[in-house]
Formats: sequence, structure tokens, C-alpha cells
Amino acid sequence: MTDTVAPADTAALEVDDLHLSYVVRGIPRAVLRGVSFSIAPGEAYGLVGESGCGKSTTAYAAVRYLPGNASIDGGRILVDGEDVIEMPYRRLQEIRSSHASMVYQDPVQAMNPALKIGRQIAECYRILGHAKAEAGDLALESLRRVHIADASSVMDRYPHQLSGGMLQRVVIAMALVGDPRLLILDEPTTGLDATVEAEVLDLVRELRTTTNAAILLIAHNLGVIRTMCDRVGVMYAGKVVEEGDAQRVFDSPEHPYTVGLLNAIPRQGLRKTDRPLFTIPGTLPQIGAELPTCVYVDRCPIADDLCRTEVPPVVSLGEQQWARCHHVEQTEQIDVPTSGIDARELDDEPVVELTGLSKTFRQRGTDIPALVGVDLGIAEGETVGLVGESGSGKSTLAKTLLGIHEPDEGGEITLDGREVRANATDRVTDSIRAMQMVFQNPDSALNRMWSVRRILRRSVTKLTDLRGEAADRRVEEIAVAMRLSPRHLDMRPRQLSGGLKQRVAIARAFAGDPRLVVCDEPTSALDVSVQAAILNLLANLQAEDRTSYLFISHDIGVVRYLADRIAVMYVGRLVELAPTDELFSGPVHPYTEALMSAVPSVDGSVRDRIPLTGEIPSPADPPPGCVFHTRCHRFIPGTCDVIEPPTIQITPRHSMACHLPVEELGRAPS
Amino acid sequence: MTAIDDPGSEATGEERAAETPIPDEVAELDAAVATAAAERKQIRAERRRLLLRTPGFVLGVVIAGFWVICAIVPGLLAPYGANEAVRVDGSVIARQGPSADAWFGTDTIGNDVFSRVIFGARSVLITAPTAAALATIAGTMLGLVMGYYRGWADEILGRIIEALLSIPVILLGIMTLVVFGNSRIVIILTVATLFTPVVTRTVRSAVQAEAQLDYVTSAKLRGESGPFIMLREILPNVTGVIVVEFTVRVGYAIFTIATLAFLGLAADDFTTPDWGNDISNTYNLIQSNNQWWPSIFPALAIASLVIAVNLIADSLDKVRSS
Repeated sequence: MTDTVAPADTAALEVDDLHLSYVVRGIPRAVLRGVSFSIAPGEAYGLVGESGCGKSTTAYAAVRYLPGNASIDGGRILVDGEDVIEMPYRRLQEIRSSHASMVYQDPVQAMNPALKIGRQIAECYRILGHAKAEAGDLALESLRRVHIADASSVMDRYPHQLSGGMLQRVVIAMALVGDPRLLILDEPTTGLDATVEAEVLDLVRELRTTTNAAILLIAHNLGVIRTMCDRVGVMYAGKVVEEGDAQRVFDSPEHPYTVGLLNAIPRQGLRKTDRPLFTIPGTLPQIGAELPTCVYVDRCPIADDLCRTEVPPVVSLGEQQWARCHHVEQTEQIDVPTSGIDARELDDEPVVELTGLSKTFRQRGTDIPALVGVDLGIAEGETVGLVGESGSGKSTLAKTLLGIHEPDEGGEITLDGREVRANATDRVTDSIRAMQMVFQNPDSALNRMWSVRRILRRSVTKLTDLRGEAADRRVEEIAVAMRLSPRHLDMRPRQLSGGLKQRVAIARAFAGDPRLVVCDEPTSALDVSVQAAILNLLANLQAEDRTSYLFISHDIGVVRYLADRIAVMYVGRLVELAPTDELFSGPVHPYTEALMSAVPSVDGSVRDRIPLTGEIPSPADPPPGCVFHTRCHRFIPGTCDVIEPPTIQITPRHSMACHLPVEELGRAPS
Repeated sequence: MTAIDDPGSEATGEERAAETPIPDEVAELDAAVATAAAERKQIRAERRRLLLRTPGFVLGVVIAGFWVICAIVPGLLAPYGANEAVRVDGSVIARQGPSADAWFGTDTIGNDVFSRVIFGARSVLITAPTAAALATIAGTMLGLVMGYYRGWADEILGRIIEALLSIPVILLGIMTLVVFGNSRIVIILTVATLFTPVVTRTVRSAVQAEAQLDYVTSAKLRGESGPFIMLREILPNVTGVIVVEFTVRVGYAIFTIATLAFLGLAADDFTTPDWGNDISNTYNLIQSNNQWWPSIFPALAIASLVIAVNLIADSLDKVRSS
């Protein structure tokens, strides 16, 4: 991705010592503390960092699109050499329409739900002065440019009729209307599936070469930045702390924060048995905090007195890489935790077993089989990772197992060999206590009006036989086990950060020593360093209590780190089940192959991506034969679209549903 | 605007406590917790301040407060009794326009209109809030059941509510009052019944949104009963909506009761001071005798109270959603 860019005189975007603050309750609080970087014409520049570090504020400031309480306290922002801060509003509008455009995080919110797609794009052309009929033609042309399937029919559709990936293409098409020289992408693929994300990123890459626009890409996913950008800036607490060539920064980070971030991610095939993930202690300083010297000093493992007394210099590291740190030569010495949890042999006898589990939803008279004949056993102390695109039935499986949805007749759920009732509310106390859940969004999972103590105490009294003082003691015990301070117990969820909230949610699930905990994307709403702490916690709890996990995640790296076996779902069916090692080494189902190849890697290992075109089929109308044949790159006409594939056993613990011979699957696709 | 690092949101800033607490860091953490508790108090105080700084709220409270005082101690402000004729030099002055002796004039039998307006506050301030409260309680219960259980309960109750809502309020009011008589209790119950469907609808939609959240799923997973989930888990999260709905209903109840009284359905006792009754008994004098004062002043009293209550409701709603 590193097309060398001819240095031009004027940068597409130059941010110079930008200071910005938000006025909160009458007090200005510093958010950006001297951000400087510049993007050459045609260059792709990435900004990474945890949420709250000022990435998005920087992006919005570049086009002076800021909330009313923001005030720019110093510095310059030049778009194509023109000062954005000083320019009159009229000129700013021109800049926004023809020089620098923006693609937002959530395409659904970026579109007007009441207007047809065609009209919304045409409106952009009308603003640029095109006549009505001409604008319509240009709109259609712009949709073709972003490779939307069936562009002319998309023109007549409303935003809610398009999928997230298609909508993001439309938003990109709109951003390109004025042939901008700078394209600002703020987390453009965050809400999308890995497979869709890969396609959108391909599109951005292609448009970059055809339009030669410079790109400012904001993302918290380091893999996305690595595959997309020439240069990267690492932001922390409103300052760029390290900058350089993307490959170099990720391969040999020099600032302790960059090192911390990269070590927090489960990468390079890391497993829980290898080592715990690196966590960055403490929290991001709040906006407006006094940070007179190094911004990272409070969390830095190698900080010393010098760091506390003097502003760190910008240390050049050659080839345009630099870091703001006193001790760049010591970053090699930052300790990475070494010993992982002990690998243990897992029983063959499952704690929880699902046999022929199906779930059909009825909607307006039509049957929607969301889950079709799933067989799965989970052993004591085992983590089964569940992966698949959204809409593949992962959450339905979890909720049916837990008794939130009632399964169809014929399926069976057993716990320790005994069948359990379909509905959670009908289950005997022991079954209720045995199976608990950790949800994706801790804001929704915790009652906002309850204190942490009340949340935990209620679970303790419902899920154990402890009462009175014994229950109070147990509440404090589990709080400590989750690394929550006893003082947190009297707070409301709103007062806690995302990571602490998720700890409370985990504490609640573990209140009654459950046999199985279903984790539904427990870290997807969290920053990587917080994610690392939560994953370590889950791994340790499991090692101590031999609890089993059904771990749902869209992040293959996370699943690989934590799971002993991985189950792959597609349109409500389990298409593959394999031990984690085998899944990443051996022959795999074509769907698994495509899914894994879509993940942008922060390690920079180049993989040939197997395109997964089109949308996941609706479970209401599954394709005949193998459900995957419509998108399969190894499709055998006459077989796959007619006969449902049998489940074949590749090794004793590795099964998949595919017609292809195993030898064929091991080979690279033709 | 999600992408702008949340400058004004409540969850950022000091009220967040430290991440990844490790036992050694407890001291540091305590400080964070202390700030958090202080912050919580501060937010509450700020809400109160915000409310008191809203001119509409202050005006509403002043007007409503005035009428509440009138209802409790009418003798404090009224120069005459509710049924005491105004006498000048020993003789009753009836049908007299506003003057120094009777600020709002006198009615056909010589009662002081000003005093009757003051005394009349009590009747409406008993009936309207009581009716609104009953409607709110019933509506909350129904709304919780419908919004939480959905299914057939929602289906059946929903139809009944739709049916009730499709009948004009006044028509239904007239029918019940004619059938059951027009004592104060019947009026309260009638208005409460009339308002219950509206409250139910509001509460139901709020409950339905709450019931989608994972904390409700989590409660089911630990085997909680339906009533527990509705009353302990969901109800505290929808009280804001209910308080605002109650205030709005008080305003409408004043209006409805006055309307029923105006139609002559509220009381057959002319001596009891009541704004609606008084208007009903005197409004024909505007045309026949050009005596506007016995009816216009109680009408203004109703208007001022309704406006005051609506101002309070609006401000509460705004502060709640901010």
C-alpha cells in the first residue's frame, strides 16, 4: 500500500500545534494539546488511539465542524494551504463541498431516512451548480463508481432498505461528489462485519488510486490502519506521541504507549496459554487535566523523575519516524507478561450439550428458521468460540441455549446429562444457577437506577443460598475477585467507565459459581487496553473455577486467544467445529477460510483475501443444497446447489459440513 | 455527533472512576470515588438550579402556589365569605361591576366574585390532582403489564384502550355523570377513567423500550418473577416519564372538570364555590345583562391555573430529557 508520493509544495492537510478545548460547565477543558501533523497530496495518514484521546475532534476540526462549546485556543489548520480557522464561513462551505469531505462512523445516521438515495446524492451535485436532470445522471454515475450492485434501483430506494455496507458505499459516493483533495474517514468500518469491512476498505483503496485524494483515516482498529495507511500518528490525551511509516511504527514501536497498545492486542496467533495480554494501568487523563510534562507519564512503565519534570523532546528515529519520549532507547525493556494459564486436558464429557437444536421465528405468517439442527457440546473448563457474520444466528443460539427463546420441538438441551426446560423461567433453580450470561453492552445490561452493590447482592441471593451477612460478604468477595474496589459498590453504573461496568456484569454472572457463562461480544464496546484486562480476567476465572464459556465474537484474534474450540455459523447452521489450532493450520470450510482472510492484520502478514461477495442470505429463504454455495469460491455446480452437504469428520474433534474432499480444501483456491 | 469525543456527556469527566484498579492503587481510587460521589450530588444540585433558572418553571410555581394557598386558607385573602353578600351602608349590592368595595364585582345575589374565585380554588385543587393521580396509578400498572408482557395481554388491553380513546371525552363524561349521579367522587372517578388510557399508552411505550434492554434479560436469567422485574427493575427507570405525564394530566383534569361543571354536570348545589359552576351559572348574563364579571374572572382563574401547571410540566420534561 505504500505508493510513494511525490512531495508537493502544499500539504492536503496541515495541522500545526492545534490547541482546542471544550467548555464544560463554564470551564474550558483542554482536549487537544498541540496536535501537529501534515498529509501530503495523495497520501493516506492514519490516526490511532483509545477513545477520548481526541482523534475525532481533530478530524472534525480539520473542516471546522465543531460543537458550540468548542473553542480553538491556538494553532493553525491548513487545507490546501488555506487557513480553515480564519476563513469566512462562505469560503468554509466551499472548502467542505469541494476540497475536504468526510465519511462518518455510522452511515445510518449520516443519511436522511425520509429521502430516496438518488435524491440525496443528486442534492450534492445541485449544490455544486448542476442542473436537476444532470445531477440525477451524475448521482447514478457516482453510485457506479463505488461499485454498488444494481445502482439504478438503489437510486429509488430509501436508506433503511440498504445494508450497512451498501449505505457506507453511498456515503462514500456522496463524499466524492466534489472531487475532494482530502477525504476524512472517521471510523468508516467500525459497525460493519469483517467481510463487509474488507470490501469497503478495498473500495477506499481503489478510489484513492483513481482520484489521488489524500486520506485521513481515524480508526481504533490497528489492523485497518496498517493495511490502509502510508503513515500513522499515535494519539494520546490530545497529542500525537509517535509518528512514522505505518509498517515501521507497528513493527518497531518506540513510544511506550504504542508499545502498550500493540501488546494489548491478541496478535501473531497468541493464545491464553502463551501469556496474559498486556494491560495499560490507570486510565486516560480526563479532558482538561493538567499535563505539564509528558502526557503519558502516569501510566508509563518506564517513567522516571525526568519524565515528571521535563517535557519530553521529539526524538527522531530515522526515516521520518519520531516519538515524544525521554527514553526511547528503553522501550525494548518494557516487560511483557510471560507465563500464561496452564493448558489442561479437557474432558470428553460435555457439561452442556445441544442436540438438534432449532429455533424458528414466526413473523407475519412466514417461518424464519434462525437456527437449524445445531449439535454442540461444551466440556468443563472449555471455551467454545462462536464466529460468523452478523445474521448468522450466533446470538439466537446463545439465547435459545439460555432459555430466552424457546427452541422448536425435537431439540434438546442437557446440563450434566439431564435435560433442562426450554424456558429460563420454567427451569429449576440449579439449571438457572448453572447458566449465566455476559452481554455486549454493559450500559444496557446493568440497571441504571441500581447501585453496584444492589445489582450484585440480588444476583447473590438469587443464585446462591447465602442470605444476610453471608451474602454481603460474598458480594464483597466477588467484587474483589473482579478487581473492583469495595468503594465501587455504592456507585451507580453511570459513574463507572466501560471497563468497570463490564467487570460488574461479569461479577454478576459469576455470583453463583455457574457451570457455563455465555459471553456475547463482551469486549467489542471496549478499547483494546480495557479489552485486554477483561480477557485476562475471563481466562483467570476459568482457570480457577473450571467454568465453561460460549464466547461469541466477531474478532478472530480475540476468539483465537481465548477459545479452545471454534464453532463457525452461517445462516443458522453450524458449518464447522474445530480445535483452535487445527482451524488456523489445517484445511477448513470455505466459509471459515473466507471469514479469516477478511480480517485486516496488524502483523502485516499478507494473505490473499478470499472475497465474500454479496450479502448473507436471509434465513427465511435459505439457498437450496449447501446454504453457502451462493458465495462459495469452491462451489461445485450440480452438487453444492442441490444436495445438502453431510457433516464430515476430518480429525476426531474437527467436523465440517462440506462436499469438497479434504485434500481439495487444503489447497489454495484456484 | 457520537464521534466528537463527548464533550458534554455526563459519563465523561470526573464521575468516571479509575480503570483497572489494582489493590495497591486503592488510595488513588478512593479519591476518584469521592469525586464521583461529589459529582453526583453536584449533578442533582445542577438539575435543581437549572429548573429554578427556567423562567417558565418559576412563573408556573408562583401561580400554582398562589392558588394552593387560596385553597388551603381562603380566608386569608378573601375579604368576604363564599356566600356572604356584599353590603354597602347596610344594603346588599347585587349585579354591581368591579369597584373598590368588590374588586371583581358582585353576582346576581350580591356575592363578592373575588371572594368566590378565591374560595373556588379548593374544589378544583382537590378533584383535579386526585383524578390525575388515580389515572396515573392505574395507567402505570396497565402500562407496565402491557409493555412488559406484550402478547395477548397487550393485544386485548390495547383494543379496549383504543376503543375508549375513540369516544369523545365530554360525551363519555356526560354519560357516566348522568348514570351515576354527580357527586365529587363520581367526577373524580370519571375523569380518572377518562385519562387512564392516555397514561397507559405513554407508560407502555416507555416500558416497552426498557424491556428490550439486557438488564431485563439478565433478571429473567436469574429467575426473577414478572412483578419483581416490572416494579423493581423497570419502574424506577420510567418514573421520570410518569412524573411528567402526571403533571400534564393535572392540567387537563382542571380543564375537563371545569368543562363538565360548565355543562352543569358537576354540582347541583349553587352555594359551593366552584369556578366551572360559577361560570355555568352566570355566563348567560354576559349577553342578557352585559354583566361579564361574574363569569370572566373565574374563567381567567381556570386559565391561569392550567397555564401554570403546563409550564411546570414543560420545564420538568425539558430538564428530564436534557
